Amino acid sequence: MQTVEQVIDSEFLDVRCMLLEIGAMLDRYDRSCDQSPAEASDDHRMDLIYRAILLLSQRDTTADRSERLLNLFSEMP
Amino acid sequence: MQIIQPHYHGIARTAQDYERMAMSGVVAVAEPAFWAGFDRLYPETFLDYFRQISQFEPTRAAQYGIRHFCWVAVNPKEAENPDLSREVMRHMPELFQAPTVLGVGEIGFHLTTPNEEAIFEAQLEMALEHNQLVLIHTPHLHDKVRGTKRTLDVLRNMNVDPQRVWIDHVEEHTIREPLDAGYWVGFTLYPITKCSPKRAVDMLEMYGTDRIMVNSSADWGPSDPFTLQQSVMEYRRRGHSLQQAIEVFHNNPCRFLGQCPKFDIKPIRVETIDE
Repeated sequence: MQTVEQVIDSEFLDVRCMLLEIGAMLDRYDRSCDQSPAEASDDHRMDLIYRAILLLSQRDTTADRSERLLNLFSEMP
Repeated sequence: MQIIQPHYHGIARTAQDYERMAMSGVVAVAEPAFWAGFDRLYPETFLDYFRQISQFEPTRAAQYGIRHFCWVAVNPKEAENPDLSREVMRHMPELFQAPTVLGVGEIGFHLTTPNEEAIFEAQLEMALEHNQLVLIHTPHLHDKVRGTKRTLDVLRNMNVDPQRVWIDHVEEHTIREPLDAGYWVGFTLYPITKCSPKRAVDMLEMYGTDRIMVNSSADWGPSDPFTLQQSVMEYRRRGHSLQQAIEVFHNNPCRFLGQCPKFDIKPIRVETIDE
């Protein structure tokens, strides 16, 4: 198992990159909605994304986030 | 589609990269002088490096039908050594006469130190004195905002024509001020630490295509020359026309780099033929 320092050293930039991509995707979605309000919808998948972000934003929790994310994304619309 | 790779560190790449770039439409690359991954100790090492990028590297690229141009400079990281930098700079004007040297670059800030700033200003003055184009590197990661703001301060205090200055590695948080001030900007596509192909296309859609170039740098670190082609593909996938893609990925580099008469590749237009 990696040490605490090894985990953050080896993965900080990867995670930064992934977070930027998520932010950019949400911005892209919002701009599309602004451009075509008629097409904007309450898409179940966007709800899942925001619930996933909420799940990840909780710091004091158990170390089973991946499992809980996969269960979240297993929910049927 | 014909593509120009305006920021490419060929000395760090293999011949196979040139071959695959040629097969994917790249017709020209421009290679700025940069940090070698270690701090050089001798001015002569820089001079040999300049000889490599201005004389030898064009012969490698030519084997695949790619035109190769370059820039000369003391890069921001090694500008921290002022004595070495000034000795190297003493030889730069003779390099400006070389047939493939387009200007002074990449210069600017790494950690935004007083030494870096002094050498940045000195190289800007040299570029102005010798009527050279300027390519400016902006810092990585958390230093980017501070370094970009200081870059703009330095430029504001000098009599530069913004149309002849390219501020590179801008991202969402640093693009507005350089564009508003009339400079050219560049998006550098890296797999992890700079801009991604999708985010580059987002910015093209948000800010338009005027005075913007896209490049993949492609150096000795984690990088990939074909992130540029990924960006072309993403741009086309979102419905932008072939001509619009050519404007961004071929014609804009022609427009900026073509301000130096040595860069003689002209903008192109796609036409259909009635037969």
